[in-house]
Amino acid sequence: MLQIQTPETVMFWFLAPLAVIAALGMLLVKKAVHSALLLAWVMITLAIFYIAQDALFLGIVQIVVYTGAVMMLFLFILMLVGVDASDSLTETIPGLRAIAITAAVGFGGLLVSLIGRATLGRDAAGLADANSAGNVPALAKLLFSTYVWPFEVVSALLITAALGAMVLAHHQRAVARPTQREQAIARFRTGSLDIAAGRPAPGVFARHNAVDVPALLPDGTPAADSISATLKARGDMLESAQFQLDQVDTTIVEEK
Amino acid sequence: MNPYNYLYVSALLFTIGAIGVVVRRNAIVVFMCVELMLNAANLSLVTFSRINGTLDGQVTAFFTMVVAACEVVVGLAIIVTIYRSRRSASVDDASLLKR
Repeated sequence: MLQIQTPETVMFWFLAPLAVIAALGMLLVKKAVHSALLLAWVMITLAIFYIAQDALFLGIVQIVVYTGAVMMLFLFILMLVGVDASDSLTETIPGLRAIAITAAVGFGGLLVSLIGRATLGRDAAGLADANSAGNVPALAKLLFSTYVWPFEVVSALLITAALGAMVLAHHQRAVARPTQREQAIARFRTGSLDIAAGRPAPGVFARHNAVDVPALLPDGTPAADSISATLKARGDMLESAQFQLDQVDTTIVEEK
Repeated sequence: MNPYNYLYVSALLFTIGAIGVVVRRNAIVVFMCVELMLNAANLSLVTFSRINGTLDGQVTAFFTMVVAACEVVVGLAIIVTIYRSRRSASVDDASLLKR
Protein backbone atom coordinates (compact mmCIF):
# COMPACT_ATOMS: atom_id res chain seq x y z
CA MET A 1 0.00 0.00 0.00
CA LEU A 2 1.42 3.33 -1.12
CA GLN A 3 1.09 6.38 1.11
CA ILE A 4 1.90 9.66 -0.63
CA GLN A 5 3.29 12.22 1.76
CA THR A 6 2.13 15.83 1.88
CA PRO A 7 5.35 17.39 0.48
CA GLU A 8 4.97 15.37 -2.70
CA THR A 9 1.35 16.44 -3.04
CA VAL A 10 2.29 20.09 -2.65
CA MET A 11 5.16 19.66 -5.13
CA PHE A 12 2.85 18.00 -7.62
CA TRP A 13 0.13 20.64 -7.52
CA PHE A 14 2.75 23.36 -7.78
CA LEU A 15 4.83 21.92 -10.60
CA ALA A 16 2.26 20.08 -12.73
CA PRO A 17 0.32 23.24 -13.76
CA LEU A 18 3.63 24.99 -14.45
CA ALA A 19 4.74 22.12 -16.70
CA VAL A 20 1.47 22.16 -18.64
CA ILE A 21 1.58 25.97 -18.99
CA ALA A 22 5.18 25.82 -20.22
CA ALA A 23 4.24 23.12 -22.74
CA LEU A 24 1.34 25.27 -23.98
CA GLY A 25 3.68 28.26 -24.19
CA MET A 26 5.97 26.16 -26.37
CA LEU A 27 3.20 26.06 -28.97
CA LEU A 28 2.31 29.73 -28.69
CA VAL A 29 5.64 31.57 -28.61
CA LYS A 30 6.95 32.79 -31.92
CA LYS A 31 10.68 32.28 -31.62
CA ALA A 32 12.10 28.76 -31.70
CA VAL A 33 14.70 29.64 -29.04
CA HIS A 34 11.94 30.50 -26.55
CA SER A 35 10.26 27.18 -27.36
CA ALA A 36 13.52 25.40 -26.60
CA LEU A 37 13.87 27.14 -23.21
CA LEU A 38 10.27 26.30 -22.26
CA LEU A 39 10.87 22.67 -23.27
CA ALA A 40 13.98 22.61 -21.06
CA TRP A 41 11.79 23.77 -18.16
CA VAL A 42 9.25 20.99 -18.84
CA MET A 43 12.08 18.45 -18.86
CA ILE A 44 13.48 19.69 -15.53
CA THR A 45 9.97 19.43 -14.06
CA LEU A 46 9.72 15.86 -15.32
CA ALA A 47 13.10 15.07 -13.73
CA ILE A 48 11.76 16.31 -10.38
CA PHE A 49 8.67 14.12 -10.89
CA TYR A 50 10.91 11.09 -11.54
CA ILE A 51 12.94 11.69 -8.40
CA ALA A 52 9.75 12.16 -6.39
CA GLN A 53 8.49 8.82 -7.74
CA ASP A 54 11.50 6.82 -6.48
CA ALA A 55 13.21 6.83 -9.88
CA LEU A 56 16.38 8.58 -8.74
CA PHE A 57 18.56 7.21 -11.52
CA LEU A 58 16.11 8.21 -14.27
CA GLY A 59 15.75 11.69 -12.77
CA ILE A 60 19.49 12.28 -12.93
CA VAL A 61 19.67 10.78 -16.43
CA GLN A 62 16.79 13.00 -17.51
CA ILE A 63 18.71 16.11 -16.45
CA VAL A 64 22.03 14.97 -17.90
CA VAL A 65 20.73 13.56 -21.20
CA TYR A 66 17.73 15.74 -21.95
CA THR A 67 18.28 19.18 -20.46
CA GLY A 68 22.02 18.76 -20.93
CA ALA A 69 22.81 16.98 -24.17
CA VAL A 70 19.59 17.00 -26.19
CA MET A 71 18.56 20.61 -25.51
CA MET A 72 22.13 21.77 -26.08
CA LEU A 73 22.04 20.02 -29.45
CA PHE A 74 18.69 21.66 -30.27
CA LEU A 75 20.00 25.13 -29.40
CA PHE A 76 23.18 24.47 -31.38
CA ILE A 77 21.19 23.55 -34.50
CA LEU A 78 18.89 26.55 -33.95
CA MET A 79 21.89 28.87 -33.94
CA LEU A 80 23.33 27.10 -36.99
CA VAL A 81 20.14 27.26 -39.03
CA GLY A 82 19.25 30.77 -37.87
CA VAL A 83 15.88 32.43 -38.11
CA ASP A 84 13.70 32.49 -41.18
CA ALA A 85 10.08 32.90 -42.18
CA SER A 86 9.12 29.49 -40.75
CA ASP A 87 9.06 31.03 -37.27
CA SER A 88 5.82 32.83 -38.09
CA LEU A 89 2.58 31.44 -36.70
CA THR A 90 0.39 32.04 -39.75
CA GLU A 91 -1.71 29.13 -40.99
CA THR A 92 -0.57 27.83 -44.37
CA ILE A 93 -3.26 25.16 -44.75
CA PRO A 94 -6.72 26.69 -44.15
CA GLY A 95 -8.58 25.17 -41.22
CA LEU A 96 -5.58 23.16 -40.06
CA ARG A 97 -5.45 24.76 -36.63
CA ALA A 98 -9.16 24.23 -35.93
CA ILE A 99 -9.00 20.60 -37.04
CA ALA A 100 -5.82 19.96 -35.02
CA ILE A 101 -7.25 21.47 -31.84
CA THR A 102 -10.56 19.60 -32.23
CA ALA A 103 -8.76 16.30 -32.78
CA ALA A 104 -6.39 16.95 -29.88
CA VAL A 105 -9.21 17.84 -27.48
CA GLY A 106 -10.97 14.63 -28.51
CA PHE A 107 -7.82 12.56 -28.11
CA GLY A 108 -6.87 14.17 -24.80
CA GLY A 109 -10.40 13.75 -23.46
CA LEU A 110 -10.32 10.10 -24.46
CA LEU A 111 -7.00 9.54 -22.68
CA VAL A 112 -8.05 11.39 -19.54
CA SER A 113 -11.39 9.60 -19.29
CA LEU A 114 -9.62 6.29 -19.92
CA ILE A 115 -7.16 6.94 -17.09
CA GLY A 116 -10.05 8.03 -14.88
CA ARG A 117 -11.93 4.76 -15.45
CA ALA A 118 -8.95 2.42 -15.36
CA THR A 119 -8.29 0.67 -12.06
CA LEU A 120 -5.73 -1.92 -11.16
CA GLY A 121 -8.11 -3.77 -8.82
CA ARG A 122 -5.70 -3.21 -5.95
CA ASP A 123 -3.88 -0.30 -4.35
CA ALA A 124 -0.78 1.22 -5.88
CA ALA A 125 2.18 -0.82 -4.65
CA GLY A 126 5.00 1.74 -4.41
CA LEU A 127 8.66 0.97 -4.95
CA ALA A 128 9.82 0.57 -1.35
CA ASP A 129 10.35 -3.19 -1.78
CA ALA A 130 11.88 -3.04 -5.27
CA ASN A 131 14.24 -0.24 -4.23
CA SER A 132 15.23 -1.83 -0.91
CA ALA A 133 18.81 -2.39 -2.13
CA GLY A 134 18.93 1.08 -3.67
CA ASN A 135 17.49 2.25 -6.99
CA VAL A 136 20.66 2.00 -9.07
CA PRO A 137 21.68 -1.55 -7.97
CA ALA A 138 18.11 -2.78 -8.52
CA LEU A 139 17.99 -1.24 -12.00
CA ALA A 140 21.43 -2.63 -12.85
CA LYS A 141 20.35 -6.11 -11.76
CA LEU A 142 17.35 -5.96 -14.11
CA LEU A 143 19.30 -4.34 -16.95
CA PHE A 144 22.07 -6.94 -16.96
CA SER A 145 19.87 -9.99 -16.47
CA THR A 146 16.37 -9.79 -17.94
CA TYR A 147 17.02 -6.91 -20.30
CA VAL A 148 20.57 -7.67 -21.36
CA TRP A 149 19.63 -8.44 -24.98
CA PRO A 150 17.63 -5.20 -25.51
CA PHE A 151 20.52 -3.38 -23.83
CA GLU A 152 22.99 -4.74 -26.40
CA VAL A 153 20.63 -3.96 -29.28
CA VAL A 154 20.24 -0.39 -28.03
CA SER A 155 24.02 0.03 -27.96
CA ALA A 156 24.13 -1.09 -31.60
CA LEU A 157 21.40 1.46 -32.33
CA LEU A 158 23.46 4.24 -30.74
CA ILE A 159 26.48 3.39 -32.89
CA THR A 160 24.31 3.25 -36.02
CA ALA A 161 22.79 6.63 -35.18
CA ALA A 162 26.21 8.20 -34.70
CA LEU A 163 27.37 6.81 -38.04
CA GLY A 164 24.15 7.95 -39.73
CA ALA A 165 24.54 11.47 -38.40
CA MET A 166 28.12 11.59 -39.66
CA VAL A 167 27.07 10.40 -43.13
CA LEU A 168 24.17 12.88 -43.26
CA ALA A 169 26.17 15.85 -42.03
CA HIS A 170 29.12 15.13 -44.30
CA HIS A 171 29.04 17.63 -47.13
CA GLN A 172 30.57 16.83 -50.47
CA ARG A 173 30.60 19.53 -53.12
CA ALA A 174 28.74 18.42 -56.25
CA VAL A 175 30.66 20.93 -58.35
CA ALA A 176 34.06 22.46 -57.71
CA ARG A 177 34.17 25.85 -55.99
CA PRO A 178 34.35 28.54 -58.71
CA THR A 179 37.72 30.25 -58.92
CA GLN A 180 38.12 34.03 -58.87
CA ARG A 181 38.72 34.03 -62.63
CA GLU A 182 35.54 32.03 -63.31
CA GLN A 183 33.55 34.38 -61.08
CA ALA A 184 34.87 37.43 -62.94
CA ILE A 185 34.00 35.89 -66.31
CA ALA A 186 30.53 34.93 -65.08
CA ARG A 187 29.86 38.51 -63.91
CA PHE A 188 30.45 39.89 -67.42
CA ARG A 189 28.55 37.17 -69.26
CA THR A 190 25.23 37.37 -67.36
CA GLY A 191 23.82 39.83 -69.92
CA SER A 192 23.42 42.87 -67.69
CA LEU A 193 26.49 44.68 -66.44
CA ASP A 194 24.85 45.88 -63.21
CA ILE A 195 27.08 43.83 -60.95
CA ALA A 196 30.13 43.82 -63.16
CA ALA A 197 32.01 45.90 -60.61
CA GLY A 198 30.83 43.70 -57.72
CA ARG A 199 27.83 44.00 -55.43
CA PRO A 200 27.53 47.08 -53.21
CA ALA A 201 28.75 46.78 -49.62
CA PRO A 202 26.29 47.72 -46.83
CA GLY A 203 26.35 51.15 -45.23
CA VAL A 204 25.59 54.70 -46.32
CA PHE A 205 28.57 57.00 -46.97
CA ALA A 206 30.40 57.64 -43.71
CA ARG A 207 27.25 58.42 -41.80
CA HIS A 208 26.20 54.88 -40.87
CA ASN A 209 28.47 52.23 -42.24
CA ALA A 210 27.20 49.32 -40.13
CA VAL A 211 25.98 46.08 -41.76
CA ASP A 212 22.31 46.69 -40.90
CA VAL A 213 21.77 49.52 -43.41
CA PRO A 214 21.40 48.79 -47.14
CA ALA A 215 23.73 50.71 -49.41
CA LEU A 216 22.38 53.63 -51.41
CA LEU A 217 22.73 53.25 -55.16
CA PRO A 218 23.69 56.29 -57.28
CA ASP A 219 20.03 56.95 -58.11
CA GLY A 220 19.13 57.14 -54.40
CA THR A 221 17.37 53.77 -54.04
CA PRO A 222 18.52 51.36 -51.32
CA ALA A 223 20.26 48.20 -52.59
CA ALA A 224 18.32 45.36 -50.93
CA ASP A 225 20.90 42.69 -51.70
CA SER A 226 23.71 44.49 -49.89
CA ILE A 227 22.67 43.22 -46.44
CA SER A 228 22.41 39.71 -45.04
CA ALA A 229 19.12 37.84 -45.50
CA THR A 230 19.23 36.77 -41.85
CA LEU A 231 19.23 40.38 -40.64
CA LYS A 232 16.33 41.09 -42.97
CA ALA A 233 14.32 38.10 -41.70
CA ARG A 234 15.01 39.05 -38.09
CA GLY A 235 13.85 42.61 -38.72
CA ASP A 236 17.15 44.12 -37.57
CA MET A 237 17.33 46.42 -40.60
CA LEU A 238 17.38 50.22 -40.68
CA GLU A 239 16.06 52.49 -43.41
CA SER A 240 18.90 53.92 -45.44
CA ALA A 241 16.93 57.01 -46.49
CA GLN A 242 17.42 58.63 -43.06
CA PHE A 243 21.17 58.68 -43.60
CA GLN A 244 20.97 60.26 -47.04
CA LEU A 245 22.77 63.56 -47.54
CA ASP A 246 20.31 66.21 -48.74
CA GLN A 247 22.97 68.18 -50.48
CA VAL A 248 26.71 68.22 -50.54
CA ASP A 249 28.08 70.65 -48.03
CA THR A 250 30.24 73.00 -50.15
CA THR A 251 31.13 75.45 -47.39
CA ILE A 252 33.99 73.28 -46.21
CA VAL A 253 37.12 74.19 -48.09
CA GLU A 254 39.69 71.52 -48.38
CA GLU A 255 42.89 72.61 -46.66
CA LYS A 256 46.15 72.12 -48.35
CA MET B 1 -3.58 12.41 -3.99
CA ASN B 2 -2.81 9.14 -5.75
CA PRO B 3 -0.11 8.41 -8.36
CA TYR B 4 -2.70 8.35 -11.14
CA ASN B 5 -2.48 12.17 -11.17
CA TYR B 6 0.91 11.88 -12.86
CA LEU B 7 -0.82 9.97 -15.66
CA TYR B 8 -3.18 12.90 -16.25
CA VAL B 9 -0.22 15.28 -16.57
CA SER B 10 1.41 12.81 -18.94
CA ALA B 11 -1.74 12.64 -21.11
CA LEU B 12 -1.98 16.45 -21.24
CA LEU B 13 1.68 16.88 -22.20
CA PHE B 14 1.36 14.19 -24.88
CA THR B 15 -1.70 15.92 -26.36
CA ILE B 16 0.01 19.32 -26.36
CA GLY B 17 2.99 17.80 -28.13
CA ALA B 18 0.70 16.25 -30.74
CA ILE B 19 -0.92 19.65 -31.44
CA GLY B 20 2.52 21.18 -31.83
CA VAL B 21 3.63 18.58 -34.37
CA VAL B 22 0.60 19.39 -36.54
CA VAL B 23 0.42 23.16 -36.10
CA ARG B 24 3.99 24.48 -36.04
CA ARG B 25 5.96 24.95 -39.28
CA ASN B 26 9.53 25.27 -38.09
CA ALA B 27 11.03 21.78 -38.40
CA ILE B 28 13.06 22.21 -35.20
CA VAL B 29 10.00 23.20 -33.15
CA VAL B 30 8.11 20.22 -34.63
CA PHE B 31 10.98 18.04 -33.51
CA MET B 32 10.93 19.52 -30.01
CA CYS B 33 7.22 18.68 -29.80
CA VAL B 34 8.06 15.06 -30.69
CA GLU B 35 10.53 15.11 -27.79
CA LEU B 36 7.78 16.43 -25.52
CA MET B 37 5.57 13.48 -26.53
CA LEU B 38 8.39 11.01 -25.78
CA ASN B 39 8.95 12.62 -22.38
CA ALA B 40 5.24 12.40 -21.57
CA ALA B 41 5.31 8.68 -22.41
CA ASN B 42 8.35 8.30 -20.13
CA LEU B 43 6.50 9.96 -17.25
CA SER B 44 3.65 7.47 -17.60
CA LEU B 45 6.13 4.55 -17.72
CA VAL B 46 7.76 5.71 -14.47
CA THR B 47 4.33 6.13 -12.87
CA PHE B 48 3.25 2.65 -13.99
CA SER B 49 6.45 1.28 -12.49
CA ARG B 50 5.55 2.88 -9.17
CA ILE B 51 1.94 1.71 -9.27
CA ASN B 52 2.93 -1.88 -10.01
CA GLY B 53 5.84 -1.97 -7.60
CA THR B 54 8.31 -3.35 -10.13
CA LEU B 55 11.21 -1.62 -11.86
CA ASP B 56 10.47 -2.87 -15.39
CA GLY B 57 8.75 0.41 -16.29
CA GLN B 58 11.85 2.37 -15.30
CA VAL B 59 14.06 0.13 -17.46
CA THR B 60 11.71 0.71 -20.40
CA ALA B 61 11.83 4.47 -19.81
CA PHE B 62 15.63 4.23 -19.79
CA PHE B 63 15.56 2.50 -23.19
CA THR B 64 13.15 5.15 -24.48
CA MET B 65 15.64 7.84 -23.47
CA VAL B 66 18.43 6.12 -25.42
CA VAL B 67 16.22 5.74 -28.50
CA ALA B 68 15.17 9.41 -28.18
CA ALA B 69 18.82 10.48 -28.07
CA CYS B 70 19.51 8.51 -31.30
CA GLU B 71 16.43 10.03 -32.87
CA VAL B 72 17.53 13.57 -32.00
CA VAL B 73 20.98 13.02 -33.49
CA VAL B 74 19.69 11.63 -36.79
CA GLY B 75 16.71 14.02 -37.01
CA LEU B 76 18.79 17.12 -36.47
CA ALA B 77 21.31 15.90 -39.06
CA ILE B 78 18.44 15.53 -41.54
CA ILE B 79 17.19 19.04 -40.72
CA VAL B 80 20.68 20.47 -41.28
CA THR B 81 20.94 18.61 -44.60
CA ILE B 82 17.55 19.94 -45.76
CA TYR B 83 18.47 23.44 -44.62
CA ARG B 84 21.74 23.27 -46.52
CA SER B 85 20.08 22.35 -49.81
CA ARG B 86 16.87 24.41 -49.54
CA ARG B 87 17.92 27.32 -47.26
CA SER B 88 14.81 26.84 -45.14
CA ALA B 89 13.85 24.99 -41.96
CA SER B 90 10.12 25.14 -42.73
CA VAL B 91 8.35 21.80 -43.10
CA ASP B 92 6.11 23.34 -45.79
CA ASP B 93 9.07 23.93 -48.09
CA ALA B 94 10.26 20.32 -48.00
CA SER B 95 7.55 19.11 -50.37
CA LEU B 96 9.63 18.24 -53.42
CA LEU B 97 8.27 14.68 -53.65
CA LYS B 98 4.72 16.02 -53.92
CA ARG B 99 5.24 17.63 -57.31
